[in-house]
Amino acid sequence: MRDVSTAIRGGELSCREAVEALLERIERFDGRINAYLDTTAEAALARADAMDRGARGEGRLWGVPIGIKDVIAVEGAPCRCGSRMLDRFLSPYDGTVVRKLKDAGSIPMGRLNMDEFAMGSTNENSGFGPVCNPWDPAYVSGGSSGGSAAAVASGMAYGALGSDTGGSIRQPASLCGVVGLKPTYGRVSRFGLVAYASSLDQIGPITRDVTDAALLFDVICGHDPQDATSLQRQTPATSAGLEGGVKGMRIGLPREYFAAGLDPEVEAAVRRGVETLQGLGAEVEEVSLPHTEYAVATYYILATAEASANLARFDGVRYGHRCSEPEDVTDLYFRSRAEGFGSEVKRRIILGTYVLSSGYYDAYYLRAQKARTLIRRDFEKAFERVDLLAAAVSPTPAYALGACVDDPLQMYLGDILTVPMNLAGNCGISVPCGLTAGGLPIGLQLMGPPFAEAELLRAARAFEAETPWHRKQPDMAVLEQRSAEGA
Amino acid sequence: MEYLTTIGLEVHVQLRTASKMFCSCPHRYGAPPNSQTCPVCLGYPGVLPVPNRQAIEWTMLTGLMLGCRIARYSKFDRKSYFYPDMPKNYQISQYDLPLCEGGYVEVDLENGDTKKVGITRIHLEEDVAKSTHHSTTSAIDFNRAGTPLMEIVTEPDIAGPEEAYAFLTSLKQILTFGGVSDCNMEQGNIRCDANISIRPVGQDGLGVKTEIKNMNTFSGAQRALAYEVERQKEILNSGGRIEQETRRWDDVSGTTELMRSKEDAHDYRYFPDPDLMPMVVDEAWISRLTAEMPELPRTRKARFERQYGISPYDAGVLTADPELALFYEAAAAGSADAKAAANLVSNLLLHALAEAGMEIGSSPVRPEHITSLVNLVAEGTISSQIAKDVFAVVFETGRGPEEIVRERGLVQVQDTDQIRTWVRSVIEENPGPAADFRAGREKAIGRLVGAVMKASRGKANPQLVNEVLREELTRGGV
Repeated sequence: MRDVSTAIRGGELSCREAVEALLERIERFDGRINAYLDTTAEAALARADAMDRGARGEGRLWGVPIGIKDVIAVEGAPCRCGSRMLDRFLSPYDGTVVRKLKDAGSIPMGRLNMDEFAMGSTNENSGFGPVCNPWDPAYVSGGSSGGSAAAVASGMAYGALGSDTGGSIRQPASLCGVVGLKPTYGRVSRFGLVAYASSLDQIGPITRDVTDAALLFDVICGHDPQDATSLQRQTPATSAGLEGGVKGMRIGLPREYFAAGLDPEVEAAVRRGVETLQGLGAEVEEVSLPHTEYAVATYYILATAEASANLARFDGVRYGHRCSEPEDVTDLYFRSRAEGFGSEVKRRIILGTYVLSSGYYDAYYLRAQKARTLIRRDFEKAFERVDLLAAAVSPTPAYALGACVDDPLQMYLGDILTVPMNLAGNCGISVPCGLTAGGLPIGLQLMGPPFAEAELLRAARAFEAETPWHRKQPDMAVLEQRSAEGA
Repeated sequence: MEYLTTIGLEVHVQLRTASKMFCSCPHRYGAPPNSQTCPVCLGYPGVLPVPNRQAIEWTMLTGLMLGCRIARYSKFDRKSYFYPDMPKNYQISQYDLPLCEGGYVEVDLENGDTKKVGITRIHLEEDVAKSTHHSTTSAIDFNRAGTPLMEIVTEPDIAGPEEAYAFLTSLKQILTFGGVSDCNMEQGNIRCDANISIRPVGQDGLGVKTEIKNMNTFSGAQRALAYEVERQKEILNSGGRIEQETRRWDDVSGTTELMRSKEDAHDYRYFPDPDLMPMVVDEAWISRLTAEMPELPRTRKARFERQYGISPYDAGVLTADPELALFYEAAAAGSADAKAAANLVSNLLLHALAEAGMEIGSSPVRPEHITSLVNLVAEGTISSQIAKDVFAVVFETGRGPEEIVRERGLVQVQDTDQIRTWVRSVIEENPGPAADFRAGREKAIGRLVGAVMKASRGKANPQLVNEVLREELTRGGV
């Protein structure tokens, strides 16, 4: 990302060439990956040409195209959220992050595939087909920001935005071997992010390396008066102290995150990663987050409860899919929603409606809120002793496509290492830390308390500088060859 | 059988903020359909609500005016149900932690007593859009969607339709005085629903209640409630049972009809809105609002009676509308006779405004005009009869009374010689009444005074006319 920025600044590359280079790669590879739902090439080229004609701006991302997850609003662009429900919908406005990208001179480009309304961990819930893993297209990309991670991993995007409600940035980043940052809740405006679970959703960068992640985060973060949950507190740019190292930093290993069910290859890679940090001067100790076992249940109650209300607006009245010839307004609602939503979305709406229903609210929603408080306190206590926590992102490497489709519960359990942090509102990052014997990427997750993005990115950068994993890329020639054979 | 009626009201009041509750759109009544909308109030994907601070303050202010406890910690909740007039299919409202709780409104009863009607709570929410139904289609105007809406819920303290009407009138007066709502019923600024039950005299527990919706005017509410009382009485008298249900008032037919039964009641699935932070209210905020709180209508009425020596009736008229009260106070401030000023305002001015279809805010007569009219009369410069004519000219032209009096030579004639000339010719022309008076019929002088005033074109000082007439009549008799 910053190489492109430097080349454009140096006059070696025009904005148009930067866009065209991506379009070429997308043309070559995306038939096999399915990361882009739409390249928005016309708008991107128009903006690039206008920028090439004008004076060179001072923006930190001048001329750099950034891929946008389909759940973030860009004026005039489709915003389908991976759903048939919003098939022909165009957003009438820019989300705050998009405005900030534009202010920094960036070219928002493309609509990146995702699990429908960000609900899923494999990207198989997309209404427009799954995203395949660039390291091996027989495997899933992870989700829900699978399109963003796969596009960056395969060089079809210099950098991208994703959203993370229960791991949707970190998990696909881990499975695709790229860097994914989930900022502290409230650091990045949600205005323009189509809500799945409002108290958990957060937009963040997915990039090739930590330095790019810091740069992109610095551009998009900050208080927004249009988001009432946006935090007022200002913090210095994370890019500045990125090379500060981890000497003396205390890193905790949550005992509960290294429990049964953790794939041995994943565990080995993560433990080696922690040793690397130790070798760089970090102090490592074991800590406990005792309420971890309740996190998945808590998450699926609260997230679905919020989703059941958030997704009520998709009713066929004002925009989006409308069934043909409804008999009356009830018929309009029933059929439009039955036809427009996919099965995982329906499952979560039904679950969320149930937990909020009269007579069940106290048993589910209210108890889940209490459990959420306990989970947050676990982190607060841990962060009294250590600066950061380290663990795996996903208990396993990427699943084979189709492996989990009929077993949603199995898929939910795969979120165990990422959802607690969303419930607590902390920040976390996934950095590549190894490859399995089968050649699939493994990610190391670092987690910090609220507002600790600078420390988090500094530790991730120190790790990255010491290891080769972020430079490893899927062999796209092989992919192309397979693709040709398949065709 | 004799029955007692129990009524509780839910009053919805649109606040007169410049913008909507959660976005910056205006909410002016009568604008072209869907011209006051944005992605936020249309519930587009990805938008977020930002609360209107003024609306929160005015709800708290209303709470203070109604003697409520102001919550130190309050929050917004989502109330879910599907209806095309709700852009998000949930309404942002307040469930278990409203901004205000407790309180009361004082209501004057017909028998002269005053009653306190308890206020259970006041919460803040967003109004829905307006739908209109045609033969095969329905249309939705989202201009109203998102207007700040205050819901005031009373205790079941109201004993009948007339009392409900009196309560609504008092409440409206307070809200208007507070400047929080225009309370214009035609524009739907204030609307109410009611819970109503009856029970035989002597029965302790309340009867089964019905909920009445769609009462858009206060008189409509009174008629709807009176209808419902009769309907319930008929059912009980014929041995039937009241069903707990929601009924809709039809103002045209003057009846209520079933909307939904208890079984069809919604499960609104309230939960805290994760897009909005809880509201934390500190003492400083409450003290500031308390300091800014306007004088309440009842307090002001009592003060007017005391301070200006005017009748309870006039004080009531003058305090019915805050702008009128301000107008009167400004007029009375420099007047030699506050009571005369009250008469001019409550009789002449209000009458003239009503005739012209105008509001006090656009009155061509200014308070200082009233002051100078009162003072011109008090000084004896013009008669109170002339004052009426001058008032009409001021109303017509907006010019000052002194100027009009001077220009038109309306200054009262105090010159006894001039008056005596008129008196003599009047006596000459009216021998009958003159003779009557001389014969001891005191009343006959009235006609003669009238004739002199007429001869002077109203300019003669009536007091002097009277004196000179008596002198002349007595002398002539000698």
